[in-house]
Amino acid sequence: MNVLICISRVPDTATKIVVGSDGKTIDNQGVKFIINPYDEYAIEEGLRIKEKFGGSVTAVTVGSEQSSDILRTALAMGVEKATIIKAPEIFDSYFVAYNLAEYAKSIKPDIILLGRQSVDFDSFQIPSLLAGLIDYNLVTVVSKLTIDANKIICERDVEGGKEIVETNLPCIISAQKGLNEPRYPKLPDIMKAKSKPIEILEAKPTDLKMEVISMEIPMKQRIGKILSDSDEDINELVRLLHEEAKVI
Amino acid sequence: MSLNRNLTEEQILLRNTVRKFAEELIKPKAKELDEKEEFSYEITAEMAKMGFLGCFLPEEYGGSGLDYVSYIIVVEEIARIDGSQAATIAAHNSLGVGPLYYFGSEKQKKKYLPKLADGHLWGFGLTEPEAGSDAGNTQTTAVEDGDHWVINGSKIFITNAGTDITLGSTVLAVTGVKSNGKKELTCFIVENGTPGFTIKTMKHKMMWRASNTCELYFEDVRVPKENMLGKRGDGFHQMLATLDNGRLSIAAMGLGLAQGAFDYALNYAKQRKTFGKPISTHQAISFKLADIEMGLEIARTYLYDVCRMLDKNEKITKESAIAKLYCSELAHMAANHCVQILGGYGLMKEYDAEKYYRDQKLLEIGEGTSEIQRLVIAREIGCYNI
Ligand SMILES: Cc1cc2nc3c(=O)[nH]c(=O)nc-3n(C[C@H](O)[C@H](O)[C@H](O)COP(=O)(O)OP(=O)(O)OC[C@H]3O[C@@H](n4cnc5c(N)ncnc54)[C@H](O)[C@@H]3O)c2cc1C
Ligand SMILES: Cc1cc2nc3c(=O)[nH]c(=O)nc-3n(C[C@H](O)[C@H](O)[C@H](O)COP(=O)(O)OP(=O)(O)OC[C@H]3O[C@@H](n4cnc5c(N)ncnc54)[C@H](O)[C@@H]3O)c2cc1C
Repeated sequence: MNVLICISRVPDTATKIVVGSDGKTIDNQGVKFIINPYDEYAIEEGLRIKEKFGGSVTAVTVGSEQSSDILRTALAMGVEKATIIKAPEIFDSYFVAYNLAEYAKSIKPDIILLGRQSVDFDSFQIPSLLAGLIDYNLVTVVSKLTIDANKIICERDVEGGKEIVETNLPCIISAQKGLNEPRYPKLPDIMKAKSKPIEILEAKPTDLKMEVISMEIPMKQRIGKILSDSDEDINELVRLLHEEAKVI
Repeated sequence: MSLNRNLTEEQILLRNTVRKFAEELIKPKAKELDEKEEFSYEITAEMAKMGFLGCFLPEEYGGSGLDYVSYIIVVEEIARIDGSQAATIAAHNSLGVGPLYYFGSEKQKKKYLPKLADGHLWGFGLTEPEAGSDAGNTQTTAVEDGDHWVINGSKIFITNAGTDITLGSTVLAVTGVKSNGKKELTCFIVENGTPGFTIKTMKHKMMWRASNTCELYFEDVRVPKENMLGKRGDGFHQMLATLDNGRLSIAAMGLGLAQGAFDYALNYAKQRKTFGKPISTHQAISFKLADIEMGLEIARTYLYDVCRMLDKNEKITKESAIAKLYCSELAHMAANHCVQILGGYGLMKEYDAEKYYRDQKLLEIGEGTSEIQRLVIAREIGCYNI
């Protein structure tokens, strides 16, 4: 089974975001970038599929050459091959999806795994756009995946319950938290990741479907917290009064 | 970012990985283990899986094949979260694995190292009740008897020597008198379970409470001749060379602890308000934090630089003493400021400051006290060559 994993490089969730001087971009100065957390579940699932069924696992990202850092993490976790599709800073999901689609067409994977959303722009669009562009089956926000011969059984979180979806190969799956427990790369594998190659391709330009007009940091709001009268919540209330409000 | 200045992509990835591991797997248990004074087999097994037990060992012996900077980053990042687990890793790699790898025969290396990289521990038995700073005053003896050496004596404060997963210790003993009248000292490999070899875990420590510290007793312990490490009479030199490298891992523990205390104090200072404003904006508090940051920058740059010297096989006797001394005194300052910045809360076990404050103190004592580091530096710059 050949697996392709699409990963997005996002600002560390703990980073304080500053809007660039043009009012349309993010100031990258001093920002620490990480693998989109949902994409870690995609990587782990891809590795497990390979460990179970054989085949290969490739990772791809659309972005600048600096994305080699997140690909190196994927390689250290066990991905065999990684590709950067080099692109200028374009915040258009269609452009990204188009380039992922072109790459997917060239390697024809059986399964493409993505995160359910990229925590930078949170548009939830790429998996669907990609499925449309290459005509693969698509199941999004999957929290459990079972592969049985050509049958793919997915559990999806829906409001108030679970939905079970069955599909077949080739398909695209977007990963939800809880799908698995991503592994830590081991030290010898981190060292070996150094010698695995990272291929760099040029992105193809597309019409842009979206234009950023301006960016603003949301106003800081004091949001109230509602707690119940369960023992757990009472302990939480005491903790919050003690550690956050610091009134007791 | 200053943390990662001049590091390679792999070294940065390694730091991020170890940091995450320490925060997710060690941090939630560290306080309880400290409180109960309990060595954790579970965490040690997780650390072994990650490759922490054979950091700089080459792959042919089952190790992770790290350069020295990378090894030091591993220790630093664990120490940022917990001194005890960092102690297990630093002592095992530098003092346990180190001498066997650098001075062992091929046969000895093949026999022990793969196991030591994969879940087993090894001790380094130098210190004795009458031989701490004055290690040359070793009293433990080894006498030849046919195909064996017979060891008698005792050791104290030996890290990792007495866990269920410890295979043995490297032990320094007097094997005779040299022509210049000084003691002839030789190292031996002593496996746990050898008749006459008893181990007692030391309790009631102030710091590193989840790390294993032992007294070793030798009563007519017979070890085969092939258990001699290197050549007869080379023991003292081997131990000193081991300590030259080992000091870098204690330095890393100081640097990591200082970083942890700093991160904790800075975060607290920005949230805690007195007189209507965050205490981080009171100059007396902000200057403390500025002082720690200055120390961290200097310590990290210097320590990594000495590691690069070691990677090039340069002599680092003076430099490793400086790194250990500077980093452990930095840890002292940082932990002290951290408690002070937290005020009364800093003294309560519920907050991390108190544990940093305790764990820090060993760094000025173990692997050569601060006084002994100054003595080493003074000797290296020629003060005593009159
Ligand atoms: C500071 C900053 C700098 C950026 N620089 C660049 C740049 O130089 N060039 C550029 O093309 N884009 C750049 N981006 C865009 C970024 O890489 C994402 O492509 C974009 O944010 C997609 O967001 P989305 O919400 O549409 O994704 P979603 O649809 O929410 O993402 C869902 C899933 O799609 C996959 N995915 C998303 N984006 C990518 C991607 N880029 N590559 C591979 N898989 C992906 C992931 O699996 C993700 O979990 C930058 C973003 C930021 C915040
Ligand atoms: C938790 C822990 C773990 C340890 N792990 C190990 C281990 O794994 N293996 C091992 O072999 N040892 C280990 N040690 C022992 C440690 O290295 C010694 O405690 C240390 O070297 C100091 O020796 P000492 O305690 O005998 O102090 P002493 O040598 O008695 O020193 C007492 C004081 O006198 C000072 N002093 C001594 N000589 C001089 C001098 N010439 N000039 C100025 N001042 C001097 C010292 O600096 C110190 O302040 C460990 C210790 C502890 C507490």
